[in-house]
Amino acid sequence: MIASVIFSVLLIGGFGWFTMNILKIRSNILRGRDLNRNDQPKERWKTMALVALGQKKMFARPIPALLHLGIYVAFVITQVELIEIITDGITGSHRIFMPALGSFYTFIISIIEILSVAALIATIGFLSRRNILKLARFHKPEMKGFPTFDANMILCMELLLVTCIFTMNGADEALYLQGASHASPEAGSFGFAISSWIGPHLFGGFRVETLHILERIGWWGHWIMVLTFLNYLPYSKHFHILLAFPNTYYSNLEKKGKFTNMEAVTNEVKLMLDPNAEPFTAAPATEGAPQRFGAKDVTDLTWKNLMDAYTCTECGRCTSSCPANITGKKLSPRKIMMDTRDRMVELGDARRKNGQEYEDGKFLLGDYISEEEVWACTSCNACVQECPVNIDPLSIIIDLRRYLVMEESKMPSELAGMLTNIENNGAPWQFSPADRGKWIYED
Amino acid sequence: MSTIHVPTMAEMMAQGQNPDILFWVGCSGSFDDRAKKITKALVRILNECKVNFAVLGAEESCTGDPAKRAGNEFTFQMQAMMNIQVLNGYKVKKIVTACPHCFNTLKNEYPELGGNYEVIHHTQLIQELINSGKLSLKDGGVFKGKKITFHDPCYLGRANDVYEAPRALIEKLDAELVEMKRCKTTGLCCGAGGAQMFKESEKGNKEVNVERTGDALETQASIIATGCPFCNTMMTDGVKNFNKESEIQVLDVAELIASAAEL
Repeated sequence: MIASVIFSVLLIGGFGWFTMNILKIRSNILRGRDLNRNDQPKERWKTMALVALGQKKMFARPIPALLHLGIYVAFVITQVELIEIITDGITGSHRIFMPALGSFYTFIISIIEILSVAALIATIGFLSRRNILKLARFHKPEMKGFPTFDANMILCMELLLVTCIFTMNGADEALYLQGASHASPEAGSFGFAISSWIGPHLFGGFRVETLHILERIGWWGHWIMVLTFLNYLPYSKHFHILLAFPNTYYSNLEKKGKFTNMEAVTNEVKLMLDPNAEPFTAAPATEGAPQRFGAKDVTDLTWKNLMDAYTCTECGRCTSSCPANITGKKLSPRKIMMDTRDRMVELGDARRKNGQEYEDGKFLLGDYISEEEVWACTSCNACVQECPVNIDPLSIIIDLRRYLVMEESKMPSELAGMLTNIENNGAPWQFSPADRGKWIYED
Repeated sequence: MSTIHVPTMAEMMAQGQNPDILFWVGCSGSFDDRAKKITKALVRILNECKVNFAVLGAEESCTGDPAKRAGNEFTFQMQAMMNIQVLNGYKVKKIVTACPHCFNTLKNEYPELGGNYEVIHHTQLIQELINSGKLSLKDGGVFKGKKITFHDPCYLGRANDVYEAPRALIEKLDAELVEMKRCKTTGLCCGAGGAQMFKESEKGNKEVNVERTGDALETQASIIATGCPFCNTMMTDGVKNFNKESEIQVLDVAELIASAAEL
């Protein structure tokens, strides 16, 4: 009875806190500018099915893809067991679905056990890649401190979760063999794929009382880990396990080379080119306060850019394929995403505390991302191509450039010259437009 | 080498004619001495196949690509709107260009500003010409048995998913197409895109074009084929950086085809 109450309090508290954090993240994402990504629903579902559910882009690198698949499938299937844990926890029953499901129950739990072993192997593999093999992409400057801790923390939680599952099932199996399991009054075996071996071999020599305690440690440990994991997610890069789905649904479905058209500029340019227009009396093209050209802070980015930032799991495939980063420049597309998220969290917290109009005097551009990074991009789309969850760092970089150039006229001096040439000569170099056809007559 | 025949849209219009396709030459193709050779190679192919084409000549202007990538949307849209006025004035329906940056901008970024055209890259047009039998390459051509590697221009490949047309052309040369370790979707940029062509690079430990030329040299190819005038410049400079000019040539796919067809 007391156990059921404690369980239910943890359940409500855990899910309540999680919901509150989800709403915070949602409100942060909605601080971004509008963007319509509701067209072509069929294509969007397809993209989500292939990229998020099917992990299509992960398989560009087969080894981590297989390890990741192990954890992913185990994680999804293990949720089935959670249904029983929650039901048992609230009602005080023990393996409530076992009698009704019979051999199907054995089958499901066996599958979960086999996948848990796969997840265990994969987790050890991932920990080794980060901490023993020290793969370069996990040790870039932006990974110092919390990001590295965060990644290891998640992997350790996974180890703990799997340990709990096997302690629970293994101890219960040992009890069952002695006829002392709460699942059945008689002696027997659950016949689960892994714990039918673990039970007698690891827990065989224990006394019944000890086994009951061990089984409970495994069961409660599992439940507490689930809640801890759930509530750690919103603070972690691991949030991708949820956002990967909406983020791929709202993918950019246009060709990667197509940069967004700035409507506000189109209206201005049309006025300038229209001989009949009277620019001084023309009504303003947009209602309300004029928006900044480009982006100086996270609120100037679109909600999709901000969702991208929360979806980023800091794998660094973008950075490891970025020509600027490969050749030692400061730009790292992963850092662009991490900075965007960090700034969004900072601004969101400040505004929840001090009111929605509050300005803290800080900006994404300058306080987080430097001009040097922004100008090192070749717009090659390698980062966009590589991202396993369809994040687009390039569009943020371009919006930061737009702000620098159009609001502050700040750019490398050679680019200023190039732009002047285009404006005066219709070419990025200083050639006379009249000479454009000269090549036809040259030898 | 035969003399080339290049009518302008204005000339054709004066004669009451309408070309089937506009050849958008681009700034590089018009002004850069190296790129002009690519332009002429393509023209010789068009002439050989009796393609009814025209250029804009002095009426052409920068598409605005480098301005847009540099963040100057005003300059980009001014260029785009002026070009669209000219193109729509001539009722242009179809455009071919040898520059992936022009290709991308005309194809993807002009429609929202009122410019709707069918835009193809020159490698796609040449592939069509060969497939339809209008262009034939000479047997046992100059490239027979040579190793050729293709450098994917970002604005052709990743940006627009065109990977096969240039490769199909190289295979028609009877040459051995060897891929670099980073190719197609994982191809490494030459370092020129995003307006980098027009500025010094930021502080780092290597130039991007040197890194990329390293990939090409590893393949032991004797020719680096490209489909972009900027990539061409960057790769040519990269080869010079390694002092390998005598061992490896940088050529546009149009130049390869023009020499294989003995044009």
